[in-house]
Amino acid sequence: MSGILSSSIGRKFAMAISALFLMIFLLQHFAINILSVFSPDTFNEVSHFMGTFWVIQYALQPVLIFGVVFHFVMGFVLEIKNTKARQIKYAVNNGGANSSWMSRNMIWSGLAILAFVVLHFIDFWIPEINIKYIQGDMSGMHNGEFRYFHELVEKFHSPLRVGAYCLAFVFLALHLLHGFESAFQSVGANNKYTKGLKNFSKIYAIGIPAGFIFIALFHHLNQVL
Amino acid sequence: MALDSKIPQGPLADKWTKHKNDINLVNPANKRLIDVIVVGTGLAGGSAAATLAELGYNVKAFCFQDSPRRAHSIAAQGGINAAKNYQGDGDSTYRLFYDTVKGGDYRSREANVYRLAEVSANIIDQCVAQGVPFARDYGGLLDNRSFGGVLVSRTFYAKGQTGQQLLLGAYSAMNRQIGRGKIKMYNRHEMLDVVIVDGKARGIIARNLVTGEIERHSAHAVVLGTGGYGNVFFLSTNAMGSNVTAAWRAHKRGAYFANPCYTQIHPTCIPVSGDHQSKLTLMSESLRNDGRIWVPKHKKDVEAIRSGKLKPTQLAEEDRDYYLERRYPAFGNLVPRDVASRAAKERCDAGFGVNATGEAVYLDFAAAIIRYGKEKAHVKGLNENDDSLVKELGKEVVKAKYGNLFQMYEKIVDENPYETPMMIFPAVHYTMGGIWVDYNLQTTIPGLYAIGEANFSDHGSNRLGASALMQGLADGYFVLPYTIGDYLSEDIRTGAISTDSPEFEEAEKNAVENINHLINNKGTKSVDSFHRRLGKIMWNKCGMSRNEKELKEAIEEISALRKEFYKDVLVPGTADEFNEQLAKAGRVADFLELGELFAKDALLREESAGGHFREEHQTPEGEAKRRKEFQFVSAWEYKGEPKDALLHKEALVYENIEVKERSYK
Amino acid sequence: MNLTLKIWRQKNANDKGKMVDYQISDVSPDMSFLEMLDVLNNQLIEKGDSPVAFDHDCREGICGMCSLYINGEAHGPDRRVTTCQLHMRMFKDGDTIHIEPFRAKAFPIIKDLVVDRSAFDRVQHAGGFISVNTSGNTQDANSIPISKHAADKAMDAATCIGCGACVASCKNSSAMLFVSAKVSQYALLPQGQVEATDRVLNMVQQMDDEGFGNCTNTGACEVECPKGISLENIARMNREYLSASFKG
Repeated sequence: MSGILSSSIGRKFAMAISALFLMIFLLQHFAINILSVFSPDTFNEVSHFMGTFWVIQYALQPVLIFGVVFHFVMGFVLEIKNTKARQIKYAVNNGGANSSWMSRNMIWSGLAILAFVVLHFIDFWIPEINIKYIQGDMSGMHNGEFRYFHELVEKFHSPLRVGAYCLAFVFLALHLLHGFESAFQSVGANNKYTKGLKNFSKIYAIGIPAGFIFIALFHHLNQVL
Repeated sequence: MALDSKIPQGPLADKWTKHKNDINLVNPANKRLIDVIVVGTGLAGGSAAATLAELGYNVKAFCFQDSPRRAHSIAAQGGINAAKNYQGDGDSTYRLFYDTVKGGDYRSREANVYRLAEVSANIIDQCVAQGVPFARDYGGLLDNRSFGGVLVSRTFYAKGQTGQQLLLGAYSAMNRQIGRGKIKMYNRHEMLDVVIVDGKARGIIARNLVTGEIERHSAHAVVLGTGGYGNVFFLSTNAMGSNVTAAWRAHKRGAYFANPCYTQIHPTCIPVSGDHQSKLTLMSESLRNDGRIWVPKHKKDVEAIRSGKLKPTQLAEEDRDYYLERRYPAFGNLVPRDVASRAAKERCDAGFGVNATGEAVYLDFAAAIIRYGKEKAHVKGLNENDDSLVKELGKEVVKAKYGNLFQMYEKIVDENPYETPMMIFPAVHYTMGGIWVDYNLQTTIPGLYAIGEANFSDHGSNRLGASALMQGLADGYFVLPYTIGDYLSEDIRTGAISTDSPEFEEAEKNAVENINHLINNKGTKSVDSFHRRLGKIMWNKCGMSRNEKELKEAIEEISALRKEFYKDVLVPGTADEFNEQLAKAGRVADFLELGELFAKDALLREESAGGHFREEHQTPEGEAKRRKEFQFVSAWEYKGEPKDALLHKEALVYENIEVKERSYK
Repeated sequence: MNLTLKIWRQKNANDKGKMVDYQISDVSPDMSFLEMLDVLNNQLIEKGDSPVAFDHDCREGICGMCSLYINGEAHGPDRRVTTCQLHMRMFKDGDTIHIEPFRAKAFPIIKDLVVDRSAFDRVQHAGGFISVNTSGNTQDANSIPISKHAADKAMDAATCIGCGACVASCKNSSAMLFVSAKVSQYALLPQGQVEATDRVLNMVQQMDDEGFGNCTNTGACEVECPKGISLENIARMNREYLSASFKG
């Protein structure tokens, strides 16, 4: 593994694989969150299952954290290497003539997402860990009912937070618009299905973040209207 | 010194095989003790360097470009001939030999040409094994096209980039040897002199074009694959850097220069657009497979077209003069290059040229587009009478065949050749003349070899299309590596050649003095301005048709221009830096000498043969008229000024082919 | 037309270099870009200034020598052309044109606009060939039929002229398009199969050692490539490389 990571293609393959993994996670996360719109009860049940099932908690969660950290760290490593590959910049560079804004600014959309992930950890994940593993309350209950749905809705009360949340997902969409398609190229996918895959990646890149934004706005508007 | 061409005895078809069996070999262990310098990395030099290194010699290769891959062979478009007879149309080694000798207007050396035809098939095998992506048909087999001056399809091609693909093949073979350390590559180096020790070529003086450093390099033999000298005309299809310097400096050291006046003017080039023009762009001869060449029949239409009142597409069929089809019904648009060029000049001189300068004819694909479109419609089961559909389909076919050439034309001229005929005019393209070599490709200096366009031997006074690639690779892959062994077999005990000898000292001093003279001259006129003036003299007086009076004028004018150059040239910068002007000044200085010898040779040759057309010697129909008494190679020995060059003649003997009036009617 | 040129001048590899302004008048739209620079240089020479050094040779778009970064794009604003084929009709009277060398750490500047692209050669030395010696006895060229489709694709990849526009345009100075074109050409042909594993591993290793950046699939290289070499080749090389790596 370390051998392959020392080559440029190996690193880009690793970026692609971690990205594809994170996108599967994101889809799964979305599928659960959207339940909160249709059925708070189902959302609570599934959240409780995810939050307490040992395979998820002790096997998948560390893998996910590793995936997130790996993708970010590798992203920074590549950015530093790539900057070093051109020491004197062009006086005039018309990047827009040959490539998309998204593809040229993955580091910035990535940083915006990182900022969001930090916020998200503080908002959801750290309190979860605190309740479950420090206070030892694995019941998932609060005042006699599942706490998950309430916690979710509460977070979407502040318009500032909802605004930041929506903005972060715009960045995610921009990141995915290049990233998803790029991951296929990096793993060497190139056949008659490529075009279909590219279209699918665009739908995903816009659809999933839009869905998250919808959930946020839905709960926010339900509270303020 | 009498010229000995060293042609082996025996029947023509057996000469090469027998010769290979007779000559001395160098054993593998001894090859490691022998160094060979190869100057130039085009098809000839590149293939020779790679093959010599594969054999085990220590090769040092030099090119003035930043990489061997950029040698001008890369620009050859159309294809490479080989007597494979894959099309089953009656081709054979003999027929390729016959076509080449006839195409060269019976001014090439029979034995060399036969050997060329003989090894041609091996070239294709070798290149395919190297991964050269030649065009293939749907059955997966190699495709062929037809070229001027022949009646079979024997030309292999890779789109319109055959030269590129073959050169990259040779370059890849070189890369393998560079990686192994068997070739030491010197990019951005220019050879300035060849060093002769005890009568043998033992090294070169080279200038590092980046640092300006003058370097000595020794070897047991030196091979020149340095291309042709078409840039003596300033405007030509050659690359800007193509030059005669290496060949000319070798000439000054004793290598005879043969047939300098044999120049190929290629009929299908993009016309000159203005005084700023720095080079001319070729449109592949393969276009003549499908394009029809014409000018208007009537002067009034010519006027209307020039003034923009009439579009060529508006001119009715009966008002067009398809002059090649008219004059040469058997070969039509596929006559050899010299014939097609002269015919274009004849029409333009008569006032039928179709652009503002009066120096252009049309190359029209309208008929081909319709023909292919109908074919395609038929295959697809569509309506063959639907004109716009047929046109669309036809354009697709033409695009697949010549797309890159059409695109190139459009970028340069800003006209769409799918909609309106292309304008073309002849331009200097190739030089058949070059350093005199014997059958072993050795020059008159022992140990100095010349291969590819740099030598003179295979194309006579006119080269057929797709033969230059063939010759370059034949020399480099299949001829020189054998024949040089015969010479080197005497050097197995010589040991490394020292560069500290007085001969190296003298040659280096000479090179440095030349450079210092140019740098310190501080005249008033740029190098380019002299080059342009030389080109004008050459084109006007030594170009497509020549006569005694103008040739004599040319000799005087060039000689005067050369004096002026040494007095008034301005070379900016210093000698110890990257200085393109300095490099160019050295090259132009040599062109100024070669140009005069060129004119002298053309003056001597009182006949018309191939690309050399003397107005005094033509048939009543205006075709070239050869003269039996000029059936020889003129090889010039350097004696100081070009006017003092001493003529040596190598008689050309044709035992296997009947010398006939060349007819393409 | 009259133009303002802003050109990168740098005396030699160690000089710092800077952009310098030049005025040029009476430029014909039929001139090629390099012919316009010829005119400028002639003016400079006759004024006693040092002419602008730039690489060029064939001037018909095939040798790959010319290498200018014009107004922020490799080979300028036109598509599918090299600098030598770019014509002045692409510009308007009064325009300001920025001319810079191809920039990358792996392409050190020699002088002005001339860069050293020998890194490309070294990548080719590492495996850009099929190991077959010259002999008169290779098998007949038609003994292995190659499908037209594969032959055409190999040809498309082989069209690369090695100019370096891909590296110059890439925000990461990655050489993936160049390297993948050669890897693809051989990967598509039966002759190239025997050495396929070593070839891709060695060439990529050399590419990395030369200091080119990592590909992030922006696609700028494909757009700016004068020969239209496709990104498909990069995907193919990724595939070849990964399968070669796992083979070990």
